[in-house]
Amino acid sequence: MPANRIPLSMLPYAKEARIVALEGGHGFQRKMRVMGLREGKIVRMITRQPLRGPVTIEVDGIQITIGKGMAQRIVVEVIK
Amino acid sequence: MKKIVLMGNPNVGKSVVFSRLTGANVITSNYPGTTVDFSKGSMKLHGEKVEIIDAPGTYSLVPSNKAEEVAVKMLKDADIIINVVDSTNLERNLFLTLELLEKKYPVVVALNMWDEAKHLGIEIDKDKLQEELGVPVVATVALTGEGIKELVETIEKARISDKIEEMSEEERWVKIGRIIKKAEKVGHRHHTIRDKIADATIKPATGIPLAILIIFFTFMVVRFIGENLITYIFDPLFEEIYKPIAMRLSEWLSQGFFHDLLIGQLVDGEIDFMRSMGILTTGIYVPFAAVLPYIMAFYFMLSILEDSGYLPRLATLMDNVFHRLGMHGHGIVPLFLGIGCNVPGALATRTLETRKQRFISATLLAIAVPCMAQIAMIFGVLGKEGIFYISIVFLTLSIVYIVAGIILNKIVKGESPEIFLEIPPYRMPNIRTLLKKTWMRIRWFLKDAIPWLMLGVLIVNVLYAIGFLSWLGSVLAPIMNGIFGLPGEASLALIAGFIRKDLAVGMLLQTGLEPMQLVIAVTILTIYFPCVATFAVLIKELGVKDMLKSTAIMIFTAVLVGGLMNVILL
Repeated sequence: MPANRIPLSMLPYAKEARIVALEGGHGFQRKMRVMGLREGKIVRMITRQPLRGPVTIEVDGIQITIGKGMAQRIVVEVIK
Repeated sequence: MKKIVLMGNPNVGKSVVFSRLTGANVITSNYPGTTVDFSKGSMKLHGEKVEIIDAPGTYSLVPSNKAEEVAVKMLKDADIIINVVDSTNLERNLFLTLELLEKKYPVVVALNMWDEAKHLGIEIDKDKLQEELGVPVVATVALTGEGIKELVETIEKARISDKIEEMSEEERWVKIGRIIKKAEKVGHRHHTIRDKIADATIKPATGIPLAILIIFFTFMVVRFIGENLITYIFDPLFEEIYKPIAMRLSEWLSQGFFHDLLIGQLVDGEIDFMRSMGILTTGIYVPFAAVLPYIMAFYFMLSILEDSGYLPRLATLMDNVFHRLGMHGHGIVPLFLGIGCNVPGALATRTLETRKQRFISATLLAIAVPCMAQIAMIFGVLGKEGIFYISIVFLTLSIVYIVAGIILNKIVKGESPEIFLEIPPYRMPNIRTLLKKTWMRIRWFLKDAIPWLMLGVLIVNVLYAIGFLSWLGSVLAPIMNGIFGLPGEASLALIAGFIRKDLAVGMLLQTGLEPMQLVIAVTILTIYFPCVATFAVLIKELGVKDMLKSTAIMIFTAVLVGGLMNVILL
């Protein structure tokens, strides 16, 4: 993974990143895409719950809570 | 009758549109063979009665869970589809819209939350969108009723699109991109006070204290509503109107088996609704006058938490705990309702997706969540011993909930999908929708739970009247004695409480136990068995086989916890 590419679960608070890959089966990819999490979309970290809890991110003005396991399979590229 | 189906993503205000379109006659029921609920109602369209169905929210026609499967199945018998779309998030919503149009269904698109989109600086060219999609598009604000009349008038003009043809998923996203480019302009968005509140309630540092405050406040309101309903409505109804009738029946029966069964024991020559224990006295009073008012209050507050948009945030905050217990954040809902009464709690386990999640949620509910009646029992028995002893009971129950959950998560087979949900912006709940929702839930409770509750009381009364309970008590007394370190009489009370906890309280109070022994006794009473009504509803929700497993777990837990407490506390 290139240096600025990280799993979404590791995106620091308030940072923005671009989704570059969804690592999972067809079902997983589709589930993410129809919720608005597609390759090329810009996401912003809203908050991360402690103790391996879920993360909440914003995409297109919509906030979504995603379990940690799923967030680890979304690869993003930090932009700012 | 013509069928109109409302389709849309979750959180687009679909059910508000539904309640605007339909009259009072709305039914919520189970989709056959599933645990998914949906609502059905009717409306008049040019003098003709048509059926309106509110399908579960779905993001796409390729379902990824049971609720979405049901939504897709409902399409099959639809004559017309109203596709409710969130104007503030057109891009994502159009995915489902295009799928519907590709499948050649007659569709009307309702651009809901039109006002909110304007607020956010989103401009949608309605005519352009209509042209691109090839079906009628109406702007609505369901919350205020704006545009609903136009929507009704447009239903007839629903048509099959001649603009959209079958395409692949990739092509669909490209197409959406093109439509958006032509029909939508997004201006700059200002951060508002609402965003600040939204942030504060989901970040753990501020969100968790706020959650505790909100839950505490909710319980205060529930108590306030419940108590007032009882004092000013339900009690007077029973005392003034029902009691004279029941007394006359009592005189007519005078005494004997049927008097014991129907009326029970008279206290000072009168019916005492809490203590007489007849099917037509306590059996009716407890579910209707003692439990129902609280359930109304709980359902009302739950609807507020839901419609305001707080529930998904609470689920997010709770998820790290509940995920370890084999559920996800939504597991808080059965727990919350269960504190009022385990029965609506048991009904609410349906909102969880998989069998494993429902099984764990239901079992933990029955084991470690004391309902109002059980809490009253705990306070009734331990009240005079002081808050210290009462805290031990609640602390033990919390530990049991968590430890049992962690263990069940490890041993129960099946999937427990992670949390994945949209956090909608905060919205002011609409009182009309709130009341309708609360009423639909109460009716569901009455229909699904009350008959079982009555049946349960009947069975227990018969068992009691023929002396089966006392017999069972004496048979099991020595075993209880050995494990829990309680004297014979207390063991008898525990056995009686196996089916009737109210009875157990009285029996325990007469035994003269040490405070710590009482603590053990009420903890076991709370853990080992829910009331008959909960038991019956759980059989219905889980099936006989799973309920037997669940029961085995309950008894095993009670014995284990009681035994441990015996070792630690005595």
